[in-house]
Amino acid sequence: MRHLLSIADLNKSEAISILDTASELARVSDGAVKKLPTLRGRTIVNLFAEDSTRTRISFEAAAKRLSADVINFSAKGSSLSKGESLKDTAMTLQAMGADAVVIRHPASGAAQRLADSHWMSGSVVNAGDGTHEHPSQALLDAFTIRKHLGMGGSDLTGLSVAIVGDILHSRVARSNVLLLSMLGAKVTLVAPPTLLPVGIDSWPATVSYDFDSVIPHVDVVMMLRVQQERMSDLFFPNAREYSRYFGLNTDRMACMKKGAIVMHPGPMNRGLEISAEVADSARSVITEQVTNGVSVRMAILYVLLAGGALEVGSN
Amino acid sequence: MSVALSAQDINRALTRISHEILEKNQGATNIVLLGIPTRGAHIAARISAIIGSIEGAEVPTGTLDITLFRDDLRMRPPRAIMPTKIPASGIEGKDVILIDDVLFSGRTIRAALDALGEIGRPRTVQLAALVDRGHRELPIKADFIGKNLPTAKNQSVKVLLSEIDGRDEVTIEEGAE
Repeated sequence: MRHLLSIADLNKSEAISILDTASELARVSDGAVKKLPTLRGRTIVNLFAEDSTRTRISFEAAAKRLSADVINFSAKGSSLSKGESLKDTAMTLQAMGADAVVIRHPASGAAQRLADSHWMSGSVVNAGDGTHEHPSQALLDAFTIRKHLGMGGSDLTGLSVAIVGDILHSRVARSNVLLLSMLGAKVTLVAPPTLLPVGIDSWPATVSYDFDSVIPHVDVVMMLRVQQERMSDLFFPNAREYSRYFGLNTDRMACMKKGAIVMHPGPMNRGLEISAEVADSARSVITEQVTNGVSVRMAILYVLLAGGALEVGSN
Repeated sequence: MSVALSAQDINRALTRISHEILEKNQGATNIVLLGIPTRGAHIAARISAIIGSIEGAEVPTGTLDITLFRDDLRMRPPRAIMPTKIPASGIEGKDVILIDDVLFSGRTIRAALDALGEIGRPRTVQLAALVDRGHRELPIKADFIGKNLPTAKNQSVKVLLSEIDGRDEVTIEEGAE
């Protein structure tokens, strides 16, 4: 594997091996010395053309725990805000000898463009491109689900997951539907019809408009952020109505299965898609998702960068 | 292909190593056995069982994966990381016996010493190997050896263990590895 651009590029055994690697690497984060020499001398550039807290810090922590050198590069305060093209930026990074670029970009397909071009030779990791995909988030979500609810197996067979909210603008939903269904989970998407993308019937998931009928049957409720910054039209009448039909509050949480968990990729709009009581409840694994994110991203960097340049058949 | 050690030979060698470990450390009270996956871990479990039956007490036994500390990571495709399980008693101040199947270049053991350093500071670190085939590239020497096998560099030594391979046997094969 040279790049991680989309969950669609992974097969089941590759996905499981990333999760297994992450559980071994999680020990490092628990240990007294949170550092491994594995990627010493490698340079990883975090190229963030869109705002991010969790993902950027998480990739930075992951790279540093593997002893790689990290260069952070965000749109604000760089030449990207002066209108420099992706190509010129990439060639600059190549000239500096970047071994990998972690890219977050508002345009769908930006990571793919970077990987397919010959602008640079390093690995490309997609850290979210427009409304397309966010593979590392899906992997950390699958890791968290497996850790809490996995029945001893390496995949998620037998579990059912509801992904609720702004599916239309969500790269997290897209990556998660692909990954969770590949790992054997049953995925139900819950959203108002206006927030579902065209072609949703071809996704490996079922669709419901009624949150209350879905909630008692699922093991995982994954809430999505309402992405107001991507909304140019009116997708629902008002925030109160959205919250009443599609928000997760304590009443709805009370209907959840025993042992079922609440997830959110962050950042949360408390009071809109999730109430503060739910976000801070015992069912919520939202902060744990952040912790697991570091281990999973260490695993991704390990798989992409630790091996040699020689492409030999995997063994 | 020639058979270097039979199932019986392996069993005798491990029994002798177990006694030597006890002799050198004056009993089993302060020792921790750490096997290097995959086959070293199985050998460690066997030695642990033998020492347990001699001393009548359980010996803390675990595994130590060294993949992340290898110096040849860049020369090969990425390897799967195997589990590291350190016994609850830890390794601080203990006499740690590293156990591997074949001692060859010594690079695995160097990596194991680095990996141990991340976990704690043992009182001593000793090394046991079922087979020593020579050709060291680093100044590393085993304390306990099942069998010294003089080999040519292009031969390969295969250790088969019943836990994963269905039978116990050590063979030497000709040709490039």
